[in-house]
Amino acid sequence: MPLRNEKVEPPSDDKRWRIVQATMQRNGFERDGLIETLHTVQESFGYLDDDSLRYVAASLNAPLSQVYGVSTFYHLFSLKPAGRHACVVCLGTACYIKGMPALLKEIEKRYGIKAGETTADGHLSLLTARCLGACGLAPVAVFDGNIAGKLDMAEALNRLQEMTTVATEVESVREA
Amino acid sequence: MKRPFKTRVKTLTIDGMAVGAREDETILELAQANGIFIPTLCHLEGVHDIGACRLCLVEIKGTSKLLPACMTYAEEGMEVITDSERLLTYRRQVLDLLFSERNHVCAVCVSNGHCELQWLAEKLGISHVGVPYLYPQLAVDASHSFYVLDHNRCILCTRCVRVCDEIEGAHTWDVMGRGVECRVISDLNQPWGTADSCTRCGKCVQVCPTGALFSKGKAVAEMTKKREFLPYLQLMREGRK
Repeated sequence: MPLRNEKVEPPSDDKRWRIVQATMQRNGFERDGLIETLHTVQESFGYLDDDSLRYVAASLNAPLSQVYGVSTFYHLFSLKPAGRHACVVCLGTACYIKGMPALLKEIEKRYGIKAGETTADGHLSLLTARCLGACGLAPVAVFDGNIAGKLDMAEALNRLQEMTTVATEVESVREA
Repeated sequence: MKRPFKTRVKTLTIDGMAVGAREDETILELAQANGIFIPTLCHLEGVHDIGACRLCLVEIKGTSKLLPACMTYAEEGMEVITDSERLLTYRRQVLDLLFSERNHVCAVCVSNGHCELQWLAEKLGISHVGVPYLYPQLAVDASHSFYVLDHNRCILCTRCVRVCDEIEGAHTWDVMGRGVECRVISDLNQPWGTADSCTRCGKCVQVCPTGALFSKGKAVAEMTKKREFLPYLQLMREGRK
């Protein structure tokens, strides 16, 4: 167990760790800077993996379980890398009544993932929101930042199909 | 334990009985000292209270809110009611929800007959659970060499978390997630047996009110918990100061 927490080495020589270190420095390597530090890791790396959690815990002298607890309590933190494309479906009252549960179920079935998960190929993350505040357009979903209202099953699946095929094409071009 | 006040004496009534209290005494401590029963699950003598289980809710004259006795300090002229029809209804509801949230099957539980949840349900006259069960699919972690963690019986009282942090100082346990997804975890949500911070002291097992933490090799109704160590540790530590 390291006692001088400033001396903890980052898990890799990735330069982004310097940003994380700077955040911890700003908080004097105190444990109460935990959330802010996790914020920085999330921003810099896009997600929190075991290595980064261990590093932050060791640097701040915080218990591992507490670091894990905090990073699963807040929805902003994610323990897995996000997919290249995101689909956020609204589960607010209006959207719920207008048939979002059935739509969500169909998407889940089609892509073999549950809400909050990412497909194995990393193309699509399926997320849910409590309410997007566009209840007049219910049911509402957001495809890669573009809001789509009054959705029906066919259109939703179409949009998803479009998003994911574009990704595959780009990739095949890259590979070629 | 650290107290926020200097000691002064307050007079108040609990269930109509006039009592004197130190300013740093909670209603719960005061009631217990005066032989008044208030049901509790998360409260544990020797570690900090967190007011999580809401079973010790009491009525206090002058406020319409119910306040947790373990987190409310005695005040001058307070009129506390610890037992009423309204409180009993709420306490039963709390137990109802605890029972329905996980798979509490007393008949096959290691702690059958020695379980605080079961005992309280009996004491408060619960004959059936009024809400539908959730039946979550939960794992049992038997990776530790001496003990087993069974999420099916956990009521998230966090006694294990607090005793591990405050008494043992290891902080192996914590709670992950939120709401109905909450789970007690060791280290990075890894099997307990692989958690390096665990000292295998077993304090968490002994303070667990239900059969969520138990010694390996115990069969139905065989698990009894030994709590004597906690006041003893407390006493010895105070003596050293």
